[in-house]
Amino acid sequence: MSALTIAAQDSATMLWREIKHSIRLLRLLIVSAILVPVVMLLLFDYILGGTIGRGLGDAARGAPYIDYLVAGILVMTVAGGCGPTAINVTMDMTGGFIDRIRTMAVTRGALLAGHVGVSVLRMLVATAAVTGVALLLGFRPTASVADWFAVVGIVAAFSFALAWLSAAIGLVTNSVAGANGSTLPLSFLLPFLSSTFVPAGSMPAGVRWFAANQPFTAVVDSLRALLTGAPAGNSPYLALAWCAAIALVSYLWAQAAFRRGAR
Amino acid sequence: MNTLTSPETRTAVSVTGLRKTYGEKVVLDGVDLTIGEGEVFALLGPNGAGKTTIVRILSTLIAADAGTARVMGYDLRSHAARVRAVIGVTGQFSAVDNLLTGEENLFLMGRLLHLPATERRARAAELLERFDLVDVTKQTPATYSGGMTRRLDIAMTLMGRPRLIFLDEPTTGLDPRSRQIMWQLIRDLVAEGVTILLTTQYLEEADQLADRIAVLDHGRIVAEGTPEELKRRIPGAHIRLRFADISSLDEAARELREGTRDDEKLVLRVPNEGGVRSLRDVLARLGDDVAVEDLSIHAPDLDDVFFAVTGNASKEKSQ
Repeated sequence: MSALTIAAQDSATMLWREIKHSIRLLRLLIVSAILVPVVMLLLFDYILGGTIGRGLGDAARGAPYIDYLVAGILVMTVAGGCGPTAINVTMDMTGGFIDRIRTMAVTRGALLAGHVGVSVLRMLVATAAVTGVALLLGFRPTASVADWFAVVGIVAAFSFALAWLSAAIGLVTNSVAGANGSTLPLSFLLPFLSSTFVPAGSMPAGVRWFAANQPFTAVVDSLRALLTGAPAGNSPYLALAWCAAIALVSYLWAQAAFRRGAR
Repeated sequence: MNTLTSPETRTAVSVTGLRKTYGEKVVLDGVDLTIGEGEVFALLGPNGAGKTTIVRILSTLIAADAGTARVMGYDLRSHAARVRAVIGVTGQFSAVDNLLTGEENLFLMGRLLHLPATERRARAAELLERFDLVDVTKQTPATYSGGMTRRLDIAMTLMGRPRLIFLDEPTTGLDPRSRQIMWQLIRDLVAEGVTILLTTQYLEEADQLADRIAVLDHGRIVAEGTPEELKRRIPGAHIRLRFADISSLDEAARELREGTRDDEKLVLRVPNEGGVRSLRDVLARLGDDVAVEDLSIHAPDLDDVFFAVTGNASKEKSQ
């Protein structure tokens, strides 16, 4: 067998393991990956949406608030997958599984490939489910077929980047609680400090520059443009560039942490 | 052509001058070891002596700061991947997958070892049978006892038929029955010709299982030999008699001249190599008139070996 065949086989094995894990933890995952973003969607659309929608002015482009909101909720759905991924990796580290396979002739990158692969899969399934709920709630996208492909591409790229980042975080934290806590800024803080709920330009001066220029805003803006025809500017390219940069840095970080092994 | 075949050798592990420091702390301070193929070698020592560090270095998890090591003929530094293909490691804390069933855990190892599907199933079934896990194959380890989890852990290690197995404290935390079962499993492995490097805190365990023992203290090997050789170096079993006053001790010491007395503690220690018979004899010689406050029987243990080989006086242990 060539090294490449073995690498593919080992990665497939780890993927199989992670899929088994996801099935065993299905209820937990449905709550954290789908229910939480749906609740956010309901809260912001039904309860706060009226006032926020009126306050949006030109940014709403005459459409209901939900049309503005959904792009951001999809990004939150992806980010919500960070916690479980980091926790799974941490459990492998603290539970001795990583040390076990480091003493075996197993392709070095296979375990993380499995984690990242299934993480992306979970994020995509959750995003699709949340999109479905949004459509039921009255979300009316104007995207063409080509636009939808672009949406899937950007969501996948963002998922890939955050999955690697979560894996790296999982490798360097010592406990499940630590892994969960370390991903909270990703799943909760950064979405609020972006154009998820309101335009970055409407925020107080102190955070406006950060919100306008951080990666989440680029991704949200590009999705919103593709889904609802809002002006895209250079946001899709910016979004992809951010995803590539985050994925690359996180990948290198994760590889280094994996080689160090358990502390 | 593959020119990296294992050299003809009867040595499973050879280590010279192994050193490892973490910051200021010296964990291994020049360790030399030679383990023959098919041998059971026990590293005996208290927590923090460096046992686990040696296992982690030899199983390619961490690099030594200095020294050379060959495992199954392969240099650890230059051929780590080759080493990994012939070793099996069971760490101190069970590394089983708690979300997979017992059977799936073995299948996972089989897949990672690239065993063909039929061999994977056959080997898993064989190990589940042998390790008495047949009733729980479809259950996750969350429902297992400590002994069962440890057995599954070792079964996972054996999926690939390793020629050298590292067992890091395989019975720590197990109840006596599980410990006995584990010992029997280890003996069975030995009978198959597998080389085993075992670490333990228990002299009895090393005595039961090992062909040779190295006693490790503060990162150095302070004694090495067969269990018999080591036991000759330790003070033997003794009876410890404590008295109410010095006159009772004087009287007893006159009767039991082979004893060593400790006036401060009012204690007389009498060698007791013959078990119950010699205990009865000692008591008979003592007679009814000497008031013994307390009597206890001491078998040589790790502490005794320790104090003997490090040259310190045997420590009186609290009861």
